[in-house]
Amino acid sequence: MNNDGMREYIVSLLNKNLRLDGRSLLEYRKPIKIELNVSKNAEGSARVIIGETEVIAGVKLTVGTPFPDTPNEGVLIVGVELLPLSSPEFESGPPGVEATEIARIVDRGIRESGMIDVEKLVIKKGELVWMIFLDIYTVNDAGNLIDASALAAVAALKNSVLPKLNGDKVVFGEHTKEKLPLKRLAITCTLSKINDKILLDVNEKEEDVIDSRLTVAISEKNNIHALQKGGNKGLTIEDIDAMIDIAQEKTKELRKLLG
Amino acid sequence: MVYSKRFDGRKLDQPREMEAKVGIIKRADGSAYFRIGKTIAIAAAYGPRELYPGFLQNPETGILRCNYDMMSFSVTDRKRPGPSRRSVEIGLVTQNALLPAIDLSAYPNTVVDIFIQIIQADAGTRCAGISAAAMALADAGIPMKDLVAAISVGKVGDKIVLDLDKEEEDFEEGSTDIPVAIMPRNGEISLLQLDGDLDKEELLQALKLAKKGCEEIYKLQRISLKEKYGGSKDE
Amino acid sequence: MSELKVKDKEIVVPGEVLAEGMDYLPSYGVFREQDKIIAMHLGLISISGRVIKLIPLSGRYIPKKEDIVIGKIADIGFSGWRVDIGWAFEANLGLKDATSEFIEKRADLTQYYDFGEIIAAQISHISGSKIIDLTMKGPGLRKLKGGKLIEVSSSKVPRVIGKQGSMVNLIKEKTNCKIVVGQNGKIWISGVSSESESLATNAIYKIQHESHLDGLTDRIKEFLEKGEKNGI
Repeated sequence: MNNDGMREYIVSLLNKNLRLDGRSLLEYRKPIKIELNVSKNAEGSARVIIGETEVIAGVKLTVGTPFPDTPNEGVLIVGVELLPLSSPEFESGPPGVEATEIARIVDRGIRESGMIDVEKLVIKKGELVWMIFLDIYTVNDAGNLIDASALAAVAALKNSVLPKLNGDKVVFGEHTKEKLPLKRLAITCTLSKINDKILLDVNEKEEDVIDSRLTVAISEKNNIHALQKGGNKGLTIEDIDAMIDIAQEKTKELRKLLG
Repeated sequence: MVYSKRFDGRKLDQPREMEAKVGIIKRADGSAYFRIGKTIAIAAAYGPRELYPGFLQNPETGILRCNYDMMSFSVTDRKRPGPSRRSVEIGLVTQNALLPAIDLSAYPNTVVDIFIQIIQADAGTRCAGISAAAMALADAGIPMKDLVAAISVGKVGDKIVLDLDKEEEDFEEGSTDIPVAIMPRNGEISLLQLDGDLDKEELLQALKLAKKGCEEIYKLQRISLKEKYGGSKDE
Repeated sequence: MSELKVKDKEIVVPGEVLAEGMDYLPSYGVFREQDKIIAMHLGLISISGRVIKLIPLSGRYIPKKEDIVIGKIADIGFSGWRVDIGWAFEANLGLKDATSEFIEKRADLTQYYDFGEIIAAQISHISGSKIIDLTMKGPGLRKLKGGKLIEVSSSKVPRVIGKQGSMVNLIKEKTNCKIVVGQNGKIWISGVSSESESLATNAIYKIQHESHLDGLTDRIKEFLEKGEKNGI
């Protein structure tokens, strides 16, 4: 925790409903950009920019044996790397706690909402299924990597096609026009709390001083499919109620951008 | 054995289309994007900054540390995340390609870190990384005696060509790949690797071609660096 | 015989040949190689008579002797303080340079400068990267109480200050804030209200983002006057 007066300053602004960059408390940074197909060797890819935060997600598909407890379902594996090039605070090395949390949050939102039609990913029941490797890389960390990563993940999956199959082997480098079968789109929104104020889309300075946060994954029917509370202070039920309301509303904005 | 027409129709001494942009990563001290054909690299420079652990510090000069990696989906056959022997080697040769161009003697005990990521790969990735890294270093204000430009040359079939793409690299009837990095002002070569099969005359011919290719990259690097500050009029 | 290859205020890249011949003299940011003068950074050329200088346009703050810097007390030892000035290494503030008062050897140093406190100091001596000595003896050097600390890229500091302080004085006047600008890019702002501090802050960030565009002074003036009107 830094003692350079930044938290005091942010709080003094929040008490007047102001933020460092002039936004209102529940406003996304602009621009929010979603670019598809940014990496052509991937089966699907997307770049998401929220303000100055930038992440790139890509999907590679291969075939393999299903997990023993789900013999008739395709496999999804989500990875996140907090690249050292994206922030002076990230070091080289295998994914640490922060990267792992983001990967698991993104995974949960996709999995629990039933976004991917995993039964359609079966090639030979119990023997051969499609395996989806979804990897997300941070390019510039200006706060709220969770929402940027989740949005990039969904956009990349939506952009994905199946590679060509030759018997039971993938023909690398050749794509079909068949899209990855998706049933619904789960959109993720993180709300943060500083003292008694709830904020949407924190930048890196705000993120440093939050008390707690709640990440919510929501599908088209407005149901909640994943929750993750972060930060080391508590949240009241009123907080959670309010945050979910905000998330349900704000995810509509992001859903529109996905088209 | 005869390679009469290049797969993508280019002339033997014609590089692929290039694109560059400086300052793309705001949190870095310096950064750049470089694309040649379908190969896309981004690089960030951080420093001079603290170097831990202390025993790595050099009391005579700052050191340069280069890290190269590829996004898992940048290649057709997915690359498993994590450092491979190949990426470790490329980090080293990249460092050696950039070191002769920079001067960190004024910053003893510190480190300048370069991080290169390949977003999309179609051969020539280490060269694209070096060209991007040189711009990132300049963007970070690091004292440099010169920029560094890098491109691949080689022999595909029976022809010496500039800037091989993946199809040429994989040419079944024989392909020699030669990544080269050059400091433009005095033409000194700071990166040279080769794998394949060719005689000395062919190699010298290839190096001449590399010089030509690097001159084009250098032109683009200059424009992109100056463009960030709104000042490029004479190119 | 001697030939100048660039114009004053031109932007150059490292390795670019600026002049040929021995008539020209290399100053900061350039070097001589045989009979050529060559740029050593991405920056702006400044030609003054026969002297060629280069002002880097980007990069971290590199401490220089006589720079006024704003730092934060990071550690307290027996013989003085360690100060974070945003460099790879902390700077030293010794007992004898800390204040015009005489400090006894066993005095409680936190009574003078405590952990986390902000000071405006001057770099008195540098040796290598690791040894940077500060002094607090000099006009304007003091502990900065209250207010807030922001940071801009050190290469933008000249723009924030302006010709003979014209830009920073404009901001001070329009926002009624006290402002101290450190060469290390750290800026201390202290106003009557957090709105006035916020206005000054945003004006400074605006300078940082738009420093390369024309008409900056007018745009900042307009920005501040709009803010003034909104009741700051």
